[in-house]
Amino acid sequence: MATTTRAAAVRTYPAHAHTWWRRVLMTRESAVIALLVLVYAYSYGNVPNFDGPLTLYFLFLDIAPILLIALPMTLVIVTGEIDLSVASVVGLSSVLVGRLHHDAGLSIPVALVLAVLLGAVCGAVNGFLVAYVGLPSLAVTIGTLALYRGVAVGLLGTQAVTDFPQKWTRLAQDRIADGSSYPVILVPFVLLLIGFAWLLHFTPFGRGVFQVGLNDEAAHFSGVDVELTKFWLFVLCGAVSAFAGVYYTLRYGSARGDNATGLELQVIAAVLLGGVSIFGGRGALHGVVAGVLLIGVIQSAMRLENYTVNVINIVIGTLLVLSVMSSVVTTSLLARLRSLARTRAGGTPPPGRPREAASPSTRERQQP
Amino acid sequence: MKFRTRRATALVSVALAAGLALSACNSKNDSASDGGNSSGGGGGKNTYVFLPKNLGNPYFDTSDKAGQKAVESFGGKYQEVGPDKGTPDAQVPFINTAAQQGVGALIISADDPKAICDAVGQARDAGVKVVTFDSDTSPDCRDLFINQATADGIAKVEVDMIAEQIGDSGEIAILSAAANATNQNAWIDMMKKDLADNHPNIKLDDVVYGDDDDQTSFDKTAALLSSYPNLKGIISPTTVGIAAAARYLSTSDAKGKVALTGLGTPNQMRDYVKDGTVKEFALWNPADLGTLAAYAAKALVDGDITGKEGDSFDAGDLGSFTVGADATVLLGDPFKYNADNIDQFNF
Repeated sequence: MATTTRAAAVRTYPAHAHTWWRRVLMTRESAVIALLVLVYAYSYGNVPNFDGPLTLYFLFLDIAPILLIALPMTLVIVTGEIDLSVASVVGLSSVLVGRLHHDAGLSIPVALVLAVLLGAVCGAVNGFLVAYVGLPSLAVTIGTLALYRGVAVGLLGTQAVTDFPQKWTRLAQDRIADGSSYPVILVPFVLLLIGFAWLLHFTPFGRGVFQVGLNDEAAHFSGVDVELTKFWLFVLCGAVSAFAGVYYTLRYGSARGDNATGLELQVIAAVLLGGVSIFGGRGALHGVVAGVLLIGVIQSAMRLENYTVNVINIVIGTLLVLSVMSSVVTTSLLARLRSLARTRAGGTPPPGRPREAASPSTRERQQP
Repeated sequence: MKFRTRRATALVSVALAAGLALSACNSKNDSASDGGNSSGGGGGKNTYVFLPKNLGNPYFDTSDKAGQKAVESFGGKYQEVGPDKGTPDAQVPFINTAAQQGVGALIISADDPKAICDAVGQARDAGVKVVTFDSDTSPDCRDLFINQATADGIAKVEVDMIAEQIGDSGEIAILSAAANATNQNAWIDMMKKDLADNHPNIKLDDVVYGDDDDQTSFDKTAALLSSYPNLKGIISPTTVGIAAAARYLSTSDAKGKVALTGLGTPNQMRDYVKDGTVKEFALWNPADLGTLAAYAAKALVDGDITGKEGDSFDAGDLGSFTVGADATVLLGDPFKYNADNIDQFNF
């Protein structure tokens, strides 16, 4: 939201069209947070056992991989790209940790470091093909989705490695303090959240990320290294996915090639639900975190009500479609209302609204 | 983004809130309509949750249905939950949910012997009794394991069936799965011993390996029949092997002359039993397995047994059972499927 304030300040327009509280509250992020609070409150009051001591604990354990991967995924999607290979990187990192520990006898921390490095390499392959070769990320990462998954299954076959030391599998499920609902995995998550929030919202690099998503040519001419930006975001995405893979392995105590199949869809769903535009250029991390939590709360509440996986998927899918649709529908609806008002008034259309410095944007067609 | 979103976002918020209200109403209606068993029984010590490896698997449908009948017969509340793919990471959230709900017992077919142990431990900490059936976890994880069959029992029933079908004398062969399959080799060794000790007139010509591949098993059956013209019977202790062998025999001259038996599933073997290629084959009865698991869970919940060796409990029509070593309850001898009973089964 803060990206345009400086550009606007040098003009004669007021810095903001609305007061601060409208700018804070009337956003998609706030809508998602409100929805999260409502769903949580509803579940707390109405779903049997949702108020139990284990609910939040299991909820965080379940969504921790999504929370982690959603952070770099947000940045990737804000640049207008997408990374579909994250779940395959989770699987590959899981298998690698299993083999390194079981066959090579390495300790878990060493295996973790190697797995994260491998994840970064996987991300670098994606990033290189997207940023420097110029291929569409959808095509590249759907290819590497199959490729990395194939390598993962190939490395371990259909078997599983399950003999991880209890010290580490326990740590993956440990609570911050005895009796607390918050598992230890939230510590690295919060650290990463602070890091990514700083990177995206408070650094020149982050401003470049938004610029690239709005119009990468304009971003290039305003001094953003578009290729390097995209490349590093894919590397980050791979590395964080691999870290999530190690957590996934220890949490479930099993390294398998088919671990976390389909997780990429949940991650992307959460990011879009959190208000990040699939066309790039807009989004904020607090919305994304709320989006992930919303999916987690819905899953948890519906499982407690004994709904099957398929019904849960239908609800989350519908919510996602509605949330993506709502912005498009309301925008076009507003445009129509406005033009209607103009014709009724019989006047000429008001002079064009001021545009951002970096316009024309790729989303021009959506603007009223 | 700044310029177009003002009122749009307001509308979006309204739309989302409306969506929420709708979904909230929906779930309210749902919980009201089936609230009878979910809010009253979503937890509670009288709830018995069946968690198969995956849903939509006819084998588990059979045992879970029998389990449901048993649970309802003793007045408990039955639930079946499960993932749509048989992996341990997909099974864990359901174990977690059972722990949250504080159900009486969780009856699991484990997707992995070790991977779900932590989750099972958390459920037991929450007071849930955990019974495994069909596929066990490590013995220290769960309260009780319902074992469908022992290696001894499987080997013996197969030898008995072939001896009966060929009149206890003549040449036979074994069509196995992979040459290094541990359980297959254990059964074959026991069969060899049983044949030598109790059936001196039966000669085992050969053991061939179809690798649990349909075509390979089919070809090996053809090869067996041409190499051993006096062959009177084939034992195939693998479901893939017996189906492939039956397919070969049913179209060859040897149909009805060479007996075939082993371990198979009713749906695969139904046609061959009906056309006379196969007289009788064996497998455990998954329905009885589900029933026994339900009664065992009840005995644990009621405190009648603790899973200690020597504990015994009543399992309705199935009779009385005693807990063996490693907190294991054995269902009994494998179940024989033939033309008289095969239509009662669908898995």
